[in-house]
Amino acid sequence: MTTDTAVLPARSAPAPAGRSLYGRRTSRLWRLLSPLPLATGFLTLCVVAMLVIILWNIVAGGIGGLTWEFLTQAPSQGMTEGGIFPAIFGTVFLVVLMTIAVIPLGVATAIYMRHYARPDSRMARLVRVAVNNLAGVPSIVFGLFGLGFFVQFLGKGIDTAFFAGDLAFGQPAIIWASLTLAVLTLPVVIVATEEAMRAIPRDYLEASYALGATRWQTIRSVVLPNSMTGILTGGILAVSRGAGEVAPIMFTGAAYFLPYLPTKLNDQFMELGYHVYVLSTQSPNVEETLPLLYSTVLVLLLLTFALNLLAVLIRIRIRSRQVR
Amino acid sequence: MGRLISTAALAAIAVTVLIFVFIGREALPVITSPEVHEEVTVRKMIEPLEFREGRPKEFVWQPVSGVPKYSLAPLVLGSLKATIVAILFAAPFAIGAAVFSSEFAPPKTRELIKPVIEMLAGIPSVVMGFFALIVLASFLKDLFGWTFRLNATNAGIALGIAVIPIVYTVAEEALRAVPRSYREASQALGASTWSTARRVVLPAAAPGIMAGIALGFGRAVGETMIVLMASGNAAIWSSSITDSVRTLSATIAAELAEVVHGSAHYHVLFFVGALLFVVTFIINLIGELYVGRLKRRLTGVAG
Repeated sequence: MTTDTAVLPARSAPAPAGRSLYGRRTSRLWRLLSPLPLATGFLTLCVVAMLVIILWNIVAGGIGGLTWEFLTQAPSQGMTEGGIFPAIFGTVFLVVLMTIAVIPLGVATAIYMRHYARPDSRMARLVRVAVNNLAGVPSIVFGLFGLGFFVQFLGKGIDTAFFAGDLAFGQPAIIWASLTLAVLTLPVVIVATEEAMRAIPRDYLEASYALGATRWQTIRSVVLPNSMTGILTGGILAVSRGAGEVAPIMFTGAAYFLPYLPTKLNDQFMELGYHVYVLSTQSPNVEETLPLLYSTVLVLLLLTFALNLLAVLIRIRIRSRQVR
Repeated sequence: MGRLISTAALAAIAVTVLIFVFIGREALPVITSPEVHEEVTVRKMIEPLEFREGRPKEFVWQPVSGVPKYSLAPLVLGSLKATIVAILFAAPFAIGAAVFSSEFAPPKTRELIKPVIEMLAGIPSVVMGFFALIVLASFLKDLFGWTFRLNATNAGIALGIAVIPIVYTVAEEALRAVPRSYREASQALGASTWSTARRVVLPAAAPGIMAGIALGFGRAVGETMIVLMASGNAAIWSSSITDSVRTLSATIAAELAEVVHGSAHYHVLFFVGALLFVVTFIINLIGELYVGRLKRRLTGVAG
């Protein structure tokens, strides 16, 4: 006994027969009860509590107003009654256009980075820096860019070239808002697609090349089919992100209120997030709009969360398949 | 086909360049155009000016008035106040949660914590802004007995909640990147789990945690909708964090829609956007430098 304690510090003196006095379970609990685990555990709990409080508040406030009429009717009575159908329609239209623009570009960039560029070539590093940089640009700066480039430069240019200077595309419109969002979500798609392509076993590619397939044939019949779910995840995450962004579309096409639905590429549109912003800051009578406002927030939250959840589930499926 | 793909891959680079060019193009008249200079110069945006005779010089942002005033100082101060409150609020929670999930939590709990905190990141900023405007502001007003519901602290706390996931994710990755051998060596020397965490793991992962804070800071500076809705939007030159503030980002969002295209005000707002772009770019760069330092440190290359 005395020789033991002389060699080992008292604190880690081994329990008799390798077992704690109170059994393993209690000893683990005891370890968790020391100050640092306790404090950090409490902080973790606080973060979870914040999430729960926010979600609970919005669900409780919005669930009552969430009726079929609310989802399918246009706002009326100065937006104190009626529904949000035009905003839902506008949001869907917006993200569909955005997806059409961002998926090909993002996937092509990922293919280039994985299968064309040498990893440490100057070109590859430049693309990497550009993508990282894009991911960090504030969304309001994208809004400014959309206005300065798409609306004022591209749109005005199209008007001068094809419409004899008449105003057609040189104004805020759904096409410009969706392209702005496409630029903003480009890094999301690139990263998700690259991740999926990285997971394809080398054997597949080598087998394809050994059969005499060219690089493009390999990409088309091996790489793309095997990374489809990853591309899908990227697309879903991009849509979820895009549907929640307001700052980039404020000056590039979103409108307070429109009596008609957008049908042409150069129409303006109503959008859920922008609708929330307008109702909560510019409404003359916040008390009266509050129930509708809560329901609108809930719809937006459900939309983005459902998409995120879908992406997470797909990702889990991809991972589990890799393990096998 | 290869050529087509290579061309498409240039899109990311092209867009980055275009952002530089087109924001710069609209911001540059503030420095070069004589017409804009009749209303505002860069000097006037930085220095305090005497607006009423006999009164001390002051910083005023008041672009729509008889004599338009374009001092950036209140906006920069506003952004700083909101962002600093946000980081001070977010850092303890985010780092605490990161330490807990990487060091102490049983594996199953950890698997649960990560996606739950990442859900916070999935809340659109306009929804967070709405929550801060309607719920949080009233709660904090009652709690602290404020005169104004919407102020720097309210916006800062909402911003803080929004940046917790970023700081958490980066910090947690850094902590988990610390090799097992460090922990085992420490525990073999007789240290407990928590003194291992405090004395060995935290210092080793410190650059990564700094990177998380830097990236959170960058996100908070650029965040628009939350501050636009929750800060009260008054451009006041004041040091109190319970006064209403107007940030750089919110200024652009609030004013650009009503501004005449090509006016001095229009160009000044793009100038503010360029400033925001450069600032977030530098902050993100700092964040990446820290990540690089962490990698070098943990792979054993002298750095």
